[in-house]
Amino acid sequence: MKKDIFKVSNQVLKSRLIVGTGKYKDFKETAQAIKASGADMVTVAVRRVNILDKKKPLLTDYLDPKKIKYLPNTAGCFNSEEALRTLRLAREMGGWKTVKLEVLGDKKTLYPDMIETLKATKVLVNEGFKVLVYCSDDPLLAKELEYLGASAIMPLASPIGSGQGIQNKINLSLIIKELKVPVIIDAGIGTASDATIAMEMGCDGVLVNSAIAKARNPILMAESFKNAVISGRQSYLSIRMKKLYYGKASSPSKGLI
Amino acid sequence: MKVSILNILIMAKIQLNGRKLELKNKHTIFGLLKKYKIDNKKIAVELNGRIINRNKYKVVYVKNMDKIEIVHFIGGG
Repeated sequence: MKKDIFKVSNQVLKSRLIVGTGKYKDFKETAQAIKASGADMVTVAVRRVNILDKKKPLLTDYLDPKKIKYLPNTAGCFNSEEALRTLRLAREMGGWKTVKLEVLGDKKTLYPDMIETLKATKVLVNEGFKVLVYCSDDPLLAKELEYLGASAIMPLASPIGSGQGIQNKINLSLIIKELKVPVIIDAGIGTASDATIAMEMGCDGVLVNSAIAKARNPILMAESFKNAVISGRQSYLSIRMKKLYYGKASSPSKGLI
Repeated sequence: MKVSILNILIMAKIQLNGRKLELKNKHTIFGLLKKYKIDNKKIAVELNGRIINRNKYKVVYVKNMDKIEIVHFIGGG
């Protein structure tokens, strides 16, 4: 069997699980959970430095960007201008060219604004960024993002942070079938089995934050997600049995006493 | 326009990360980062909406009415 390699924008990732670094109790817990998850890429946000509190711990003290790949994200941006500004600053910070674009359209549902997302994707690709794009589960818009040069498509399973799991399997499977670039399920994953289902469907990867950070035991849940993603991928590669309408005995009837 | 002694003493009124500040001495970006004990390797600086290349921190001076943003990475999804 061919070696199963996960490649996003020319970067080979060991794990098909990408994890977010938000919502943890503290940076110590963040670092422990990420270690347990086995992820080698993490999303990070860009925010103002607190100029008054110099003793405040820094994320970079707990997660070394030389050892783990930072994926700067535009979480909290509601138009393409804000998103572009954020990612250009991120690039200046450490030369990051692989970034996650996320332009939100609604404060309540956190649903992506696809018009602004398409606009920003075009500009970022032109500026040489490798863009992983958070998007709706519309197969045509996903295809359009691929056409514009997105490095990976990240459709939502359900609203960000909702933990509702995969709500539109048909659309997601259409996206997986139609696209050549990696499809990474982002947002809405609630528990480990959701990640397994996504991987069994043929997704290339899964991005998880809240489901790990908001579990009662985030570190154990991180490990659970690690196994869930591996399990789902192996199951997908194995090609499952056909479903039958009626039962079929597992033991032979020949020699029955 | 009346110019008070106080105004002469203050070199520049700036806005740093949304806070209004008054600088009494002439500062470069590098000097400003040093004043606030910010590690210049882990941040990016935007001056009046334009990103300042980190090689220029020692040659770019902060002027009156400048709006400066200093950002870094934090945990996020």
